[in-house]
Amino acid sequence: MTRRAPASYHGVVLTAPFSTPYQRYSIDTAHHWIARALKGSLDSVGLKKSQLDGFSVSSFTLFPDSAVGLTQHLGLSTRWLDHVPMGGASAGVALRRAARAVQAGDADIVACVAGDTNHIDSFRQLLSSFSRFAMDASYPYGYGGPNANFALLTDHYMNEFGATRTDFGRICVSQRDNALKNPRAVMQKPLTLDQYLKARLIADPIALFDCVMPCAGAESFLVMHEDKALQLGIPFARLTAAIERHNAHADDPMQLRGGWTLDRDTLWEMAGCTPLDIDVMQTYDDYPVIVMMQFEDLGMCEKGEGPTFVRDHDLTINGNFPHNTSGGQLSAGQAGAAGGFIGMVEALRQVTGQASGTQVKDAARALVTGFGMINYDRGLCTSATVLETGVRA
Amino acid sequence: MTDPLLAPPKKNPQQRSTSPTRPPEMRSRAALGLTAAAAEGRLALQCCSECATWQYPPRDACVACLSNDLPWVDFPPQGQLLAETTVQTSPRLYYRERVPWRIGTVKTDAGPMIIVHIHPDVTPQSAIHLTAHLDRAGQGVLVAMPPQETPNAMDAPLMRELTADPKHRRVLLTDARAENAPAMAKALKDAGAAIIFIGESESWRPYTARAALQEIGVEFMPLDVTDTLSVQTLAGEIGGKTDILINNAQFVRPGGALARGDVGFAQNEMDVNYFGMMRLAQAFGPGMCKRTADEANSAVAWVNLLHIGALANTPEYGAFAASQSAAHSLSQSLRSEFRTAGLRVMNVFSGPTESDWFASLPPPKVLPQSLARDVIKGLQAGVEDVWSGDIAKDVRDRFRRDPKVLERELTFGGDGP
Repeated sequence: MTRRAPASYHGVVLTAPFSTPYQRYSIDTAHHWIARALKGSLDSVGLKKSQLDGFSVSSFTLFPDSAVGLTQHLGLSTRWLDHVPMGGASAGVALRRAARAVQAGDADIVACVAGDTNHIDSFRQLLSSFSRFAMDASYPYGYGGPNANFALLTDHYMNEFGATRTDFGRICVSQRDNALKNPRAVMQKPLTLDQYLKARLIADPIALFDCVMPCAGAESFLVMHEDKALQLGIPFARLTAAIERHNAHADDPMQLRGGWTLDRDTLWEMAGCTPLDIDVMQTYDDYPVIVMMQFEDLGMCEKGEGPTFVRDHDLTINGNFPHNTSGGQLSAGQAGAAGGFIGMVEALRQVTGQASGTQVKDAARALVTGFGMINYDRGLCTSATVLETGVRA
Repeated sequence: MTDPLLAPPKKNPQQRSTSPTRPPEMRSRAALGLTAAAAEGRLALQCCSECATWQYPPRDACVACLSNDLPWVDFPPQGQLLAETTVQTSPRLYYRERVPWRIGTVKTDAGPMIIVHIHPDVTPQSAIHLTAHLDRAGQGVLVAMPPQETPNAMDAPLMRELTADPKHRRVLLTDARAENAPAMAKALKDAGAAIIFIGESESWRPYTARAALQEIGVEFMPLDVTDTLSVQTLAGEIGGKTDILINNAQFVRPGGALARGDVGFAQNEMDVNYFGMMRLAQAFGPGMCKRTADEANSAVAWVNLLHIGALANTPEYGAFAASQSAAHSLSQSLRSEFRTAGLRVMNVFSGPTESDWFASLPPPKVLPQSLARDVIKGLQAGVEDVWSGDIAKDVRDRFRRDPKVLERELTFGGDGP
C-alpha cells in the first residue's frame, strides 16, 4: 500500500521549555506538578493562561481526573483539548496533534504538559493497574514490573547481537556525566563504569543503574505558529518532521526493533536531512537496551550495531555524539509521564540555546525519540521528532 | 537436576513464620479460562473458531480476524525458551520473600509468545514443555518444564508453590471406618506423607480394616465429625500440624423423599456430609490458613470426597445427593474463605463406589484404590477438581453440555400406574 506523504509542519514552532525540579517522593498531587510546569512555561514567555486556547496533558496519576477535570481545576477555557496516555511516546504524539491543530487554526497556542507525582506507594499501585495484558499475563510471573520485561528484551538482544553489560554501561555512565551539569537531576553523584558493573542485580541482566528512579516532576512546552512567536519576540524551534507508530512488528517473536523502522524514511524525508546532520539526540532511555534500539532504528547505525556504536562514540555533552544531555531519565529521574517529555523539552532548550550547563555548542538540529507502554511483552508506542533552531535566546 | 526435597526440620517457634501472602490475583474475565482449565490440570488457550488463530494473552476479539468466538481449546505444549531473567526484587510481598524467581519468554510452536515461570531443570534457550498450574492465588499460570521428565522435578520450590504434593506433609484422614480408608492411607504413605492421622469414632467398636491401617502406620485419633467438641478437641491437638485434610467421612442411604418415612436418615446425611464439613472447617480452617507459607510442610490443601450427585440429583440416592449438593456448595464457600491464605480446596467427584451402600447399583463402580490414586494425583498436580471414574466424567460432560437435559435424563420415571 502506498502511503500519501504527510503534509509539511511548516509554520509550527515550539517555545517555552520548562522542567520543574524532580523530587524522589512528593506529598503533592499530579495536579500540583502539572500546574507548576504550565505556570513555568507561561511565565517564561510572559503569557497569561487566558491566552491559551489549546491544552494537552499526559499523566498516569491524575486519577480520577483527566485533561477535562484539569481545565476546571486550573481555570482554563480552551477550544482544543487532548489527553495523551502514551508514556514514553507522549511528547512526540502530543506535539504531532498540537502541530496540526495550530496549522489548521483549531488552536493558536497549545500547552503540552506531562507530569506525575510519586507518593511512597504510587509505583507499586501504578503497576497493579497498568494494563490488562500485564495484569493477566506478565505481572503474575515474578511481579518484576518493567524491570523484568526489559530484562527479557535485554537478554534476547545480548544473545542476538553480542552486546555486553559494559556496552550498556557506557550509555548509563555518560548520561550520569551529563546529569552532573543539570541541577534539576535527582542523581548528583558521579558514576563509574566499575560501579555500574558491580551494582546489585535487579532482574538479570538488568542491574541497579540500568533502572530509572521513579520520582515526581513535570515538563512543559508551548506549540504555536511561527508568526505568533515572532510577534511575542520569544526564542523558538521549528518542527520539521514527526512520526508515530503503534503495535508495529507484532509478528516479531521478541522486540529487537521498534515502529520507527516503518516510518524513518518519512521522517528523514520530511526533515530534509540525514542522521549524520543531527547535532544532539534525545532518546527514551528506560532502559539502555532501548537506547541502542533507537540508535539502530533511526539509522544512526545498522541493526545489531548498537554496541559498536556506543563503543565508537562519546555520548557526553562535549562528545562527538551528544545524547540525553540532561542526564535523561536514568540520571535525572523518571517523573511518570514526564519521562516521555524530558527529551523533547531538553532538545527544545538545546536548539534555542537555553540549556545553560548542559548546552551543546551550536546545536541547531535535534532528534527526539519516544518509546512507550509495555502492554505485555514489548513497548507498543514509538515516536520521533526533528527540531531545528528558529530563534535562539 | 533438582535435589530431592529433604524432610523439613522441626519448626522453630521463636522465628517469625512467613506470612501467607499471594501472587497477584486480579485477572480479566477472559483470562479466567486459563484458570478454569488449570483447575482440572489442563493446558488450554483461546483458539478462534473462525480462523483457528491461537490467542495469548486472553482476548475478547481475535487478533487476526476480530471474531468474538474464542473458545478455550487444549493447547499443544511444545515451545522454545527464547529469553529469561531471574527477578531479584519485587514490590509484591509474595515474590519479595521468594526471590530469586526465574521467568522467561517462550515461543510456542503453535504461535503465541508466552511469559512463563521456568522450572530450574530447563536449560537456557532450549526446547520446553508448557504446563498449566494454579498458583497460590488460585489463578492459572503457565510453566516451562523440561521437554523430558527430570528426577525430583516436583521437589523444586516453584513446583511446591504450584502443587499440594503430600510428600513430607502431615495429613488428616477424617474417617478410619470409611471403605476407602486403607487404600487412601496406603497411597498417602507411598506418596511420602510424613504423618497420617486418621479419625476414629467410637473406638470401642471394632472394624475389620483397623489391622490394615495399623500396618500402614497411621496415627489413630478420636474424631466424630458429628460432635463439635470432638472436632474441636482434635483440632486443638493436631490442628497446628495438619497440612492436608482429607474429609472422607460420609453417610449414605438410598432413596429420595418418598422412599423414606421420615427425615431421620436425611438428618444423618446432612449432619455428617454437610455439617461435618462445616465443623471441620471451623475447627481446622483458621489454623491451616495461618500456616500456608511454612516451608516444605506448609498447610496446603483441603480435600472433599463428593458424590457426583452433587452436580445433578441422582434419584436412586436422591436425599443423599441433596446432602452432596449442600457439601459442594459449602466447598465453594470454603474456596472463597481460604483463598486469601492460598489454601486450596480440592473436590474429588466420583460415581458410586465399590461399597456396601451402593451395592444395589450396576457397574462401573469406583474402586477404593482408584479413588485413592486420583486423590494423590490431584494433590501432586495441584488441581481443584478431580473426576474419579467413568461415571463422574460422564455426568460432568453431560452437565457441561446441558444441565437441563441431564436433569431430565436422570429423573425419568418408571412405567407408573
